[in-house]
Amino acid sequence: MTIQFDSFQEWAQFCQKQACKLYEPVLRYEIELRNRTEEEIWAHMRKAYQVMCEAIETGLTEDMRSRSGMIDNGGKKVYNSPITVLSPEFQKLVARAVAAKEVNSCMGRIVAAPTAGASGIMPAVLHTLQEIHRLPEQVILESMLVAAGIALIIEKKAGIAGAVGGCQAETGTAAAMGAGAIVYALGGSTEQIFNAVGITIQCMLGLVCDPIAGLVEMPCVVRNASAAAIAYSSAQLSIAGMSGVVPVDECVMAMGEVGQSMESRYKETAQGGLATTPTGLAIAQKVLVQDIEILDDEEQQENQ
Amino acid sequence: MSEGSSIFDMIGPVMIGPSSSHTAGVVRIGRVAVRLLGGIPEEATITFFNSFARTYEGHGSDRAIIAGLLDFKTDDKRIKESFEYAKQQGLKYRFRAVGNASTLHPNTVKLELRRGERSIEVVGESRGGGLINIASYNGFRANFSASLHTLIVMAQDTKGAIAFLADILAHDDCNIATLSVSRKAKNELACHCYEMDSGIRPITLEYMKSIPWIKEVIYIPDIDL
Ligand code: SF4
Repeated sequence: MTIQFDSFQEWAQFCQKQACKLYEPVLRYEIELRNRTEEEIWAHMRKAYQVMCEAIETGLTEDMRSRSGMIDNGGKKVYNSPITVLSPEFQKLVARAVAAKEVNSCMGRIVAAPTAGASGIMPAVLHTLQEIHRLPEQVILESMLVAAGIALIIEKKAGIAGAVGGCQAETGTAAAMGAGAIVYALGGSTEQIFNAVGITIQCMLGLVCDPIAGLVEMPCVVRNASAAAIAYSSAQLSIAGMSGVVPVDECVMAMGEVGQSMESRYKETAQGGLATTPTGLAIAQKVLVQDIEILDDEEQQENQ
Repeated sequence: MSEGSSIFDMIGPVMIGPSSSHTAGVVRIGRVAVRLLGGIPEEATITFFNSFARTYEGHGSDRAIIAGLLDFKTDDKRIKESFEYAKQQGLKYRFRAVGNASTLHPNTVKLELRRGERSIEVVGESRGGGLINIASYNGFRANFSASLHTLIVMAQDTKGAIAFLADILAHDDCNIATLSVSRKAKNELACHCYEMDSGIRPITLEYMKSIPWIKEVIYIPDIDL
């Protein structure tokens, strides 16, 4: 018996009744409904975490410049900056988010979590978490399963792709996954874990998807950094006992509602927001292929 | 979605950036084409259509398609440097961009490939999340996804051909998931594309090839292996 991940409430109740840990129903879901073995699932998570850490490493050591020029070794700059504005840990956190996301923009290998556009957030959150708290790998893997369960619910109720629900759905979901993972890994209660998810959604709510030139570079990279930071801020608030007031399932509903009413120009179409600022348009003009043939009608027939 | 997503898609897949429709999907189209051609091409003309036409450079789809034509897998780190590898392996290529092919899917790429004496044309669509549809092969409508086991048979357009082939597959315990057949004119060649849930034995393929009215048999197992 397992659950379908329709709501956080159901997930919490199930764990309470079965007296099981939060990650266990996620494991069972994948085994029962997707016909996988437990070993396969742990192996996948282990591999994913490894690729995440590699992506950070790659972004911090190799040359990260995109053809558009919008990505230009930001991760390294932040990591090596002599000026620490808050704490060395914070500096590393945001540097790692930028670095891993830059690897994605520069055709490197990453883990979509939940999507490629948000692929810097979970690596930065998890790597930093393990480093600061010296957590065993098993705890990280369990927290990744919890994060996956969080994403399952949000995907069902609000969407996880920029094209579906705006950037709130994409980097917002990744941040929510990260916040839940942090609180789980640090031994927070189920209530605190889900409260952290709800708080994170509240912070990310309304963010539009407006990538310049349609490339997943800017503002995506800087949003990966801020989303990682919000994951930590929400985790800190929640684990300290501060309530988000609105229950997490209602926060997800709000996200779905906002996503639905968002105009399509704010959903990855590059027709609004930062994409249509004078600078955004100028970059698009420069990087998009301009030398395009236009077919006449006869040739179109042929191409059918 | 009634089936419910996999957690492997919530944390995963492991992939090459920037996006699955511009990288993984395009690489997979290239890998299918290599199997249809029977090897890595010597020459390739690649045409990107519609939304691909504008963004293929920015999204690296040009590198992705060359990587696919070199038979790299979707998570191969060499994708980024595929142009260099093409040079080493003697693959000559050129790109075209066509903006207004209204009859084609927004993310369509056409491949005209040559290897030795053999030349083929493949039209593929990248449908998001790395999923693809091979729309046509040598001008015949194909419509297969290459995520199952695919069998392509070019046969004389004769009565009972489909029943005959389906029967052979049934004997090999192959369940047919999808089937498309198209032809250019009556009594000419017809292109059969079978997508099957399980693989087919080499001996069965050999048997098919030996049948006089069958001109060509191409078997594409799982494209990601
Ligand atoms: S702006 Fe759009 S493309 Fe960029 S990270 Fe956000 S959702 Fe993804």
